[in-house]
Amino acid sequence: MFIVSFASILHAGEKEPYHIGCAFAITGKAAWLGEPERNTAVMIAEQINKAGGINGHELVLHIEDTQGSNTRAVNAIKKLIKKDNVCAVIGPSRSGTTLASIPVVQQAKVPMLSCAAAASITNPPEKREWVFKMGQNDSDAARRIYEHMQENGIEKVGVITGTTGFGDAGRTQLKNLKDEYGIEIVADETYAPGDTDMTAQLISIRKSGAQAVINWSIVPAQSIVPQNMDQLKMDIPLYQSHGFANIKYAESAGESAEGSIFPAGRIMAAKTVPADHPQKEVLISYKNAYESSYDDQVTTFGGHAYDAMHIIAKALEKVGDNPAKIKETIENMEFVGISGVFEFSENDHCGLDKTAFEMMTVKDGRFVVLDR
Amino acid sequence: MHAKDYIGFSILIGMVLVMPHLVGNDYYVGVLVFAAFNCLACIGLCLLMGYAGQISLGHGAFIAIGAYASGLLTTKMGWSPWTAMAAGAFLAMAIAFIVGIPTLRLKGHYLAMATLGFASIVHIVAVAAVDLTGGPAGVLGIPRIGLFGFSLDSDIQYYYFAWTAVVIGLYLAFNIIDSRIGRGLRAIHGSEDAASAAGVNTSVYKIQVFALSAVYASVSGSLYAYYVNYIDPGPFDVMHSILLVTMVAVGGLRHLWGAVIGALLLSLLPEMLSFAAAPLQAIGIEYKPDYDIIVYGTILLLIMLFLPEGLFAGLAAGCKSAWNLFKKILKGRPFVRE
Repeated sequence: MFIVSFASILHAGEKEPYHIGCAFAITGKAAWLGEPERNTAVMIAEQINKAGGINGHELVLHIEDTQGSNTRAVNAIKKLIKKDNVCAVIGPSRSGTTLASIPVVQQAKVPMLSCAAAASITNPPEKREWVFKMGQNDSDAARRIYEHMQENGIEKVGVITGTTGFGDAGRTQLKNLKDEYGIEIVADETYAPGDTDMTAQLISIRKSGAQAVINWSIVPAQSIVPQNMDQLKMDIPLYQSHGFANIKYAESAGESAEGSIFPAGRIMAAKTVPADHPQKEVLISYKNAYESSYDDQVTTFGGHAYDAMHIIAKALEKVGDNPAKIKETIENMEFVGISGVFEFSENDHCGLDKTAFEMMTVKDGRFVVLDR
Repeated sequence: MHAKDYIGFSILIGMVLVMPHLVGNDYYVGVLVFAAFNCLACIGLCLLMGYAGQISLGHGAFIAIGAYASGLLTTKMGWSPWTAMAAGAFLAMAIAFIVGIPTLRLKGHYLAMATLGFASIVHIVAVAAVDLTGGPAGVLGIPRIGLFGFSLDSDIQYYYFAWTAVVIGLYLAFNIIDSRIGRGLRAIHGSEDAASAAGVNTSVYKIQVFALSAVYASVSGSLYAYYVNYIDPGPFDVMHSILLVTMVAVGGLRHLWGAVIGALLLSLLPEMLSFAAAPLQAIGIEYKPDYDIIVYGTILLLIMLFLPEGLFAGLAAGCKSAWNLFKKILKGRPFVRE
């Protein structure tokens, strides 16, 4: 783990700099999460320092690589808090590394803004006083899917999920919420991240008389489901999770992914978000800034780092770098960000609800907001 | 134990006592706590690999068994951490017997493959048996272990606790290799047939030492669970088993001190590299975390090429030749072969 603390080009006055810690999975299996997060954090810190810092204080980032490993994440967070004396931590990137780090920040009493999504990161609130979460709730993604089904008269669904933390959490949410929306799960299938064919699972879904398929996964294997459905000539609608919101997955599924419906953060289809939407402005400005700074497309995950950086910057501007005051300020903050409109409170350290998701579809190989 | 080992113990205990004052920061103390877990597992693995000559690519699984037994029994059944740790060790031992009886009949690559398969199975169970293990979401809220009514809350308290466990484990291991069993194991390592002909019950010895090394791994897993207070299948994958074997091999298979040195070196290497990053940056070279893997590879390659017996044996040989050279210089004939 290395300090990549970088000095700003312009020295922002004589005042003591503010230190913020970042712990992202920059290398390793979850690098596709950590890299856009790191890039975004670095970009925003540069922007802030160029504009003269926060109330004249320069912003110094200390970036650690967790490599997606729990042990390294715990060490990294300790290093940031105890050695670099940061006033707040952004990250880690994954739910597992976040959960492993919670005891550290709870003991050290330093706010941590996780870029992961699991519900247990901010629940129960009395044991998560110092932990905030930037990712949208899985339960809200399930709600959006079920709502769309209700509107379209779908009652029987076949569920197919990947056997990862993400897929498993989705499966649980879909089961928990089905009665609330009058949905019946007639088939419940899974696949491993390394599987290359889901024909068997899909045939049993077809046999079950399902009116639609929900494919909930975050691994590349999920792109095989629409292809297999095509081959089986299954013409029932395909719903996917927000884990599909990576344009590479749509590309690898090709033609077969056209028309599939999924909830996702608005950043994935920033251009097709209606102009009068409150998030429109931040979405476009982040997308343009990121894509002009890096040779890469924006992702939901980089968006989490964007939100975390700006939330901390807002708190710093208001109350300075006292960790307890930063926490208190965030708890009373409203913030229009990339992942949605955050409304934090003492008992809600996520601050997002189901409106953070927009229903999207794939049209001509691109993500577009679904017409209502 | 030999006199040299007592010296080694004094150095180890001295270092354990002095280190926290030298590093002076909770973060580094935390790093050393994780190093202690690896040390403990490597001592057990060294008994199996170095002394009995049996390879195991499945010790991550025994760490997982200890960690999960401790995590689940304390959070779901309300057991005390100590009882849960003992139960985990007993379970690991029982599983080692069951797994060991068929697999230890295998030799060489086949034994390696069988143990690798075992590690993989345990990891899959940890991921997929959601109702039992919590699946990928893991087990939350594992308590800290207490000692005589005190909860070991601070890093420094846990540091002394974990390293005491290492010292005790190491002491027991030294006693075992100096016993009849230890001599029998070394005979097996030399030649299984010859050992058998000399009256060593080879299959029983092998299984016993396999079970014993599983207990070391399991205790190390329990200590990990009580320290981090959260477990998920991530840290117990097959790569971790391979890392343990690497640690033992780097330190030196043939001696327990090698396992300690190897575990310490590879646990602390990332931190050492991050120390190197700052001066490198000062002279204009930007060291990126992505280079880590190259540095690891180079170090491993160099050790395997030039110190095939491991760091400990290499260091010992180096000290010996330096000493001989010194003696020769004293005699005034440094360049004469004796």
